[in-house]
Amino acid sequence: MNQKTGQKPAPQTTGHAWDGDLQEYNNPVPTWWLVSFYISVAAAVIYWFLYPAWPIGGSYTKGFDTITYVNDKGVTKTTHWNTRALLMKETNEAVTAQKPYYTKVADTPFEKITKDPELDSFVVSAGKQLFSDNCAACHQQGGAGKVGFAPNLTDDDWLYGGEFAKIQQTITHGRHGYMPPFAEVLDDKQVSQLADYVLSLSKIAVDPVSAQAGNALFHSETAACYYCHGDNAHGRQEIGSANLTDRIWLWANVPGADTIADKEAAVKNVIRKGLNKGVMPAWQDRLSADQIKLLTVYVHELGGGK
Amino acid sequence: MTTGTEQPIEFYEKRMPIVTRSVKGKFRNFKTAVLVLAYTVYFGLPWLPWHRHDAASQAVMFDMDGRRFFIFDLVVYPQNVFWLAILLFIAAAILFFATTLIGRAFCGYFCFQTLWTDLFIWVEQFIQGERPARLRLQKQDWNAEKIFKVGGTHLIWLLIAFWTGITFVLYFGYAPDLLKRFFTGDAASAAYIGVLGLGLSTYAAAAFMREQICAYICPYGRFQSVMYEPETLAVAYDVRRGEGEKGRISPRGELKSRETRIEQGHGDCIDCGFCVQVCPAGIDIRDGLQYKCISCGLCIDACNNIMDSMGYPKGLIRYDSEANLALETPKPPAISWKRWKAAGYLIAILVMTFGLLYSISQRTEFEESVQQIRQPLFVILSSGEIRNRYQIRLTNKTDRDAVYSISAKNLPPQALDLGGMENVTVHSGKSVIVQASVKLEPELAEKYEHFTFVIQSLTNPADRSEESANFYNEHNHT
Ligand code: SF4
Ligand code: SF4
Repeated sequence: MNQKTGQKPAPQTTGHAWDGDLQEYNNPVPTWWLVSFYISVAAAVIYWFLYPAWPIGGSYTKGFDTITYVNDKGVTKTTHWNTRALLMKETNEAVTAQKPYYTKVADTPFEKITKDPELDSFVVSAGKQLFSDNCAACHQQGGAGKVGFAPNLTDDDWLYGGEFAKIQQTITHGRHGYMPPFAEVLDDKQVSQLADYVLSLSKIAVDPVSAQAGNALFHSETAACYYCHGDNAHGRQEIGSANLTDRIWLWANVPGADTIADKEAAVKNVIRKGLNKGVMPAWQDRLSADQIKLLTVYVHELGGGK
Repeated sequence: MTTGTEQPIEFYEKRMPIVTRSVKGKFRNFKTAVLVLAYTVYFGLPWLPWHRHDAASQAVMFDMDGRRFFIFDLVVYPQNVFWLAILLFIAAAILFFATTLIGRAFCGYFCFQTLWTDLFIWVEQFIQGERPARLRLQKQDWNAEKIFKVGGTHLIWLLIAFWTGITFVLYFGYAPDLLKRFFTGDAASAAYIGVLGLGLSTYAAAAFMREQICAYICPYGRFQSVMYEPETLAVAYDVRRGEGEKGRISPRGELKSRETRIEQGHGDCIDCGFCVQVCPAGIDIRDGLQYKCISCGLCIDACNNIMDSMGYPKGLIRYDSEANLALETPKPPAISWKRWKAAGYLIAILVMTFGLLYSISQRTEFEESVQQIRQPLFVILSSGEIRNRYQIRLTNKTDRDAVYSISAKNLPPQALDLGGMENVTVHSGKSVIVQASVKLEPELAEKYEHFTFVIQSLTNPADRSEESANFYNEHNHT
C-alpha cells in the first residue's frame, strides 16, 4: 500500500488495443527475477566452457577444466573434467588416507596387530570391506560358509590350519581339496560300515557292530582311510584332510539331516564319490601382499584363529 | 530493466530511509548495556583460553573435524544432538513466555538484527552527525565531504561486517592459528565462504535492510502478534492522556501549562514528533500498537525527556497493557504473572531445563555400543560348544587418553573372550572396536540367554556403563 497517497495507482496497460477497447495490463516480471535470470544464463555459459556440455555428432565439447588422477597402473593422467575421473581422484585420496594404516599393518607382526586396539579396529573395518568384495561370494558375508560348498571360517576347525601363517598361505596360494572315490574299491556294506564309524566318532548313535567293523576297515589297507585322515581320524592339516572326530561337517550335511539313515546316506555319498571340489583360488595375483595380510588378520579374527 | 512499453506498476513501495535521532534514557542505557555485553561475548569468546589436555586450549570451539563441540568443560558429541533440540525448545519457550508477559522484548534488546543495526546506526551518527545533519547530507549533491563521510561510513560498516564473519569462523578452529591461516590463504575454503557469506549478509542486513528484516523477513515478527493478549505489556501511547478531548497540540503561549491544556481539553502530547524521530522501525507509536514495533523503548525515553522538560509527569508512552489502558483509571502498569498461559510456559521451561541438566549430569565420558554379529548368529565349535560374537565400539569423549575395562555380568567365568583386550586404551576423541566372543556349553546356553557387558573407565572410576546382550543358540534364534 502506498502510505503517502493512500490509494492504488491506476493500472497500466501494454498500450495495444484490440477490438476497440480490449487492453492488456502491463505486468512485467520483477527486476530481481530478471536479474537472477540473466545471472543464470551467464552461469550456464561459464559452465559450458568449464565442463563437458554439448554433444557434437559422435563426440562432445569437453570443457577447459581438467582433473588429474593416478590410474590403477600407477600412471598419472590428466583429462577433461568428468565424474569418472573424479571418482578415480577421490579413490586415490581415500587410498592415500588409508595408506599409513596399511603400512602399519604391513610392518607389524600378526600378534601385535591384534593387541593394538586402534590397528585392530582398522583391520575389522577395512577387512570387512575386502572380505565382502572378494571372499563373501563363497564364504558368505559373515564368513559362515556353506555346507557342501565352502568352509565356515567362524568356527575353530581348520582344514589347513588356523594360524596366521597358514591362513596367509591359504589366501596367497589357494587350496585344492581332494578325496578319491571309493565306489569301485568298496562294496555297499563296507561303505555303510565306514559311514557308521565316522558318525560314531561324532557321538552319533549308530549300530555299534557296524561302526566297529567300519573302524577296522578305516585302519585296513583295503580302504586305507587312515592314510589321509590319520590313525586317530583327526585329519592332517598339511594335506587338508578333515578332522572326522569333531562335530563340524563341511561336505556331508550331517547336522542338516534329520534321521540317522539320512545322516548315513550323506556320509556314504561322500565316501562313494570322493571329492574334487574343495578349490579355493590363489589370491596373490588379485590382491596385494598388504591386502592379503590384512585379510589374514580379519579371517583370524572371525573367531577361529589359533 | 523493464520489458513493457511503460513503467511497471510498483506493487512494493521502496524503502524510505529511516534517519533516527539519538536519545538518552533508561531504556537506551539498558539497550547499550546488553549491546556491550553481547559484543564482548561474541567477539571475545573465541579468544578465551581454557585448559585442555590434548585439544586446542580454547574455551568454546566447534571442532568439525573431530566431530565434537567444546563448550568450557562440556564436550558435546553428535550423539548428544538432542541436547541441542532441548536447548532450542527451552529457548523458544522462554521467548514465548517473555512475549506473553512483556511482548516483543527480545526484538528490541537482544536480537542480533537489533544489535548490529544499532551499532551501524551509531557508526553512521558518529561520522555523519545527528539526524538533521544526516538529512542534510542526504539531500546534498555529491562532493568531497559527502563522498568522504558516506564512503567512510560504508568502509567502517564493511570492516565490522568482515570482523563479524571472521569471528564466527573462529569458533570453528583454534582462533590464533586459524586467523593466521586465514590471512595467509591457508584456511579451508569453508572459512572463506563463511566469512564472505556472513560478512555480506551482516552488511546487507544492518546497513540496508534494517527494520525490513523485522517487518518482512523475521518469522518471529510474523507470529508474535498471536501471542499478545490484552494483559501483555507492550510499548503503548496513552491515547486518552495524550490527546485529551480536542487532540494533541504544540505548546504555544498559555498552552505550555498543563492546567490550561487540560482546561481547554487538550492532552499532554505536545506533538513534538520526538517519539517518531527516534524510532528505528520508522513508525509513529501514537497510531497504536503496530506489528513493526520492536519494543525497543526508545520512544519511551524520548517522550519521557520531553515530559521532563515540560514539567509534565512521565509515562505518556510506557510499557503498559491494553487491558490496563482500557480501564476507567489505569492502574500503575505491572507484569501480570497469574495467567494459565504464562504458567504453562514456565512449567515447560522448568521441566525441560531440569531434563537437560539431568541428562548432561548423567553423561558418561565415553560412548559405547554393543552389536551382536549376526552373520552367523551363532557358531557351533568342534567341541560342540556354542559361540556368539559381539562388536563393542568404544568412543573416548574426554580430552585425554583413557583406559577402559570390559567385562561381563551374569556369565560363567571364562565364557567371555576379549582376545586380550580386557583393558583397552582409547585415545582422546577416537573410537576402537573390540571383538568379544562368548562360548557356552549347549546345556548352559539356555540359562545365559541374557547377560550384560560392563564397561568401566579405569581412568575415571565414576564412569561406567552397562549394556545388555543376548546369547543365541539353535533354539532361540528364530
Ligand atoms: S515505536 Fe517505540 S518501541 Fe516501537 S520500535 Fe519505535 S521506538 Fe521502539
Ligand atoms: S515524544 Fe511524547 S510528546 Fe512528543 S510527540 Fe511523541 S508522544 Fe507526543
